[in-house]
Amino acid sequence: MKIEKEKLLWMYRTMVQIRVFEERIGSEFAAGKIPGFVHLSSGQEANAVGVCANLRIDDYITSNHRGHGHLIAKGLPLDTMTAEIFGKKTGVNKGKAGSQHLTDMAVGCLGAEGIQGTPVPVAVGAALSAKLRGSDQVAVAFIGDGTLNTGRFHEGLNLAAAWKLPFICYCENNTWAESTNIYDVTALTDISQRAMGYGIPGVAVDGNDVFAVYEAVHEAVARAKKGEGPTFIEGRTCRRHGHFEGDGHLYRSQEDKDECLKKDPIPRFRKKLIEMGTMTEAEADQIEREVKEEMEKAVKFAEESPFPEPEEVYTDEFA
Amino acid sequence: MEVSEITYLQAIHDAIDEELARDDKVFVFGEDIRQWGAPLGEMKGLFKKYGPNRVLDTPISETAMIGAAIGSAATGLRPVVQIMFAEFLSVCWSDIFNAMCKPRYMSGGKIMFPVTILSYCGAGISAAGEHSGCLDGMEMSIPGLKIVAPSTPYDAKGLIKSAIREDNPVQVFYHKKLILGGLKGEVPEKEYTIPLGKADVKRRGSDVTVVATMLMAHRALAAAEKLKARGIDIEVIDPRSLAPLDKETIFKSLEKTGKLVIMVEEPKAGSSASEIAAVVAEEAFDLLKAPIKRVCAPDTAIPFTPALEKVWMPDEDNLIKAVTEIM
Ligand SMILES: Cc1ncc(C[n+]2csc(CCOP(=O)(O)OP(=O)(O)O)c2C)c(N)n1
Ligand SMILES: [Mg+2]
Repeated sequence: MKIEKEKLLWMYRTMVQIRVFEERIGSEFAAGKIPGFVHLSSGQEANAVGVCANLRIDDYITSNHRGHGHLIAKGLPLDTMTAEIFGKKTGVNKGKAGSQHLTDMAVGCLGAEGIQGTPVPVAVGAALSAKLRGSDQVAVAFIGDGTLNTGRFHEGLNLAAAWKLPFICYCENNTWAESTNIYDVTALTDISQRAMGYGIPGVAVDGNDVFAVYEAVHEAVARAKKGEGPTFIEGRTCRRHGHFEGDGHLYRSQEDKDECLKKDPIPRFRKKLIEMGTMTEAEADQIEREVKEEMEKAVKFAEESPFPEPEEVYTDEFA
Repeated sequence: MEVSEITYLQAIHDAIDEELARDDKVFVFGEDIRQWGAPLGEMKGLFKKYGPNRVLDTPISETAMIGAAIGSAATGLRPVVQIMFAEFLSVCWSDIFNAMCKPRYMSGGKIMFPVTILSYCGAGISAAGEHSGCLDGMEMSIPGLKIVAPSTPYDAKGLIKSAIREDNPVQVFYHKKLILGGLKGEVPEKEYTIPLGKADVKRRGSDVTVVATMLMAHRALAAAEKLKARGIDIEVIDPRSLAPLDKETIFKSLEKTGKLVIMVEEPKAGSSASEIAAVVAEEAFDLLKAPIKRVCAPDTAIPFTPALEKVWMPDEDNLIKAVTEIM
């Protein structure tokens, strides 16, 4: 599939942005500068980027606890995101959301949800709205493998299928839900077969190959826009970090962790783009430098921003 | 009496461990129990000790978990089901509210469900809006459900053991901040239980009765010292069980003080404080010499940033203000 150069470069830059962002957030968290919990998506960048490269800014996504990458790929700036995760007044959600609930309708993100399963029916609602309003927008729910076993996954998929909605359920199968391996609590091994139960296409792709993700989602978006209904896509990927920062993931074998490091989607994409002549080594390095600088500025912005005033507790409860 | 000092976390662990050992009908299940011993570690080692027929990992399927608890309880077992963060209870609300708490009554006593549900509650660790709440008041509105909310290792151990032995559904809340803060306290070496529905007077005082649960009980005790310096002597009562509620202990205290402040970590509307206030206003109005005060959180979601979460949570200053207003 032909993807124009400009888009390929955006995809590369965005994957690097996510990695740099996540690793920096991880080190800021370790340094005690971030309150609460953070769940990082390092290693899963090809999923967020391969999906969002097919979306317009007015298309919709819902996200989960491991959502930083989805939001960056959907267009949220690094500085207000970082400020949010630091709990600052200048954060995209004024410090009220934190890492786990980043929300911004300006980039079509209905919200990152901490209650597993919820992203599915909420995105189905956005897809319904697009259909009822006669718009050609699509909606994507980003979920993890663990979420497949919530009731809401089932209800959401069936509803979207029955109503032939412009909806895509994208499942990042990193095989772990916290400390639990998905195959220890799920009898079906080919997860994409779940789609059969809803009478919709189910596709499994290499979630560490951004081209494979892009192509599968491209087809799903085309199908959605033609009024043919939803698609379920399983991106087979892996988690480089613990479930949350501070989780030593001792429950994983060293082999599993090493394998994951080897499957890094970023050097793989970089190599391909250089082979294809889309960019040179020097240009790739330049992108990495620029992104690191951008993140440096974002952290500085977050650090220098004030915390919200106490009165802010009482604002925003109602529209 | 021989006592040892253990943490709140250890107390929860020991209660479950001892009940698993005592009664082979007891079994526990939930998410991330095998490897993590549950996310905050209160079941560490239990999988190894009791094996896969007594300690089970589940998928992320809270509705199925509550359903499975009901079905296994009806057929002779005593399930202990861990529904992680209190907010997740709302995922399986119908199964708790309808399927678990109504049939005993609706069947005219033909069925019983000895189920124990364990959940983390409470703010103070910047876990943000969906992992920080206390749902005590909401659950108090469910007929057929008993609720315990311990504030000390002693109470946690004794109440959880009673909850597991109880023939009715019991919700146990334990506070994340008391777990993560490493709260310690003395417990007897010898086996003991604490009956459900018995309050504990955590501090004797004569001027104002303060009813407070979990983390708020600790804040009330800290405020008591500051108030003492101002010549105000508060009595701190921890109900320990919210359902059934030990009204007698509260009324008895009011006979002495005539003044009531209730401090809980929930938005005010529909909170456990609201129910307790209503009970006192209705049944013990004559004992009151001042209006009842509720020290609660604002009626908003819980903000993430510590700068706001701190303001959101009721604190010693809020309590001191409420107490001095009615002095
Ligand atoms: C209803 C509900 N139950 C349990 C949890 C606790 N929890 C948070 S993340 C998680 C695992 C999610 O696994 P998965 O969907 O595979 O996403 P991943 O962490 O792998 O990205 C669990 C069980 C939750 N947030 N919501
Ligand atoms: Mg997963």
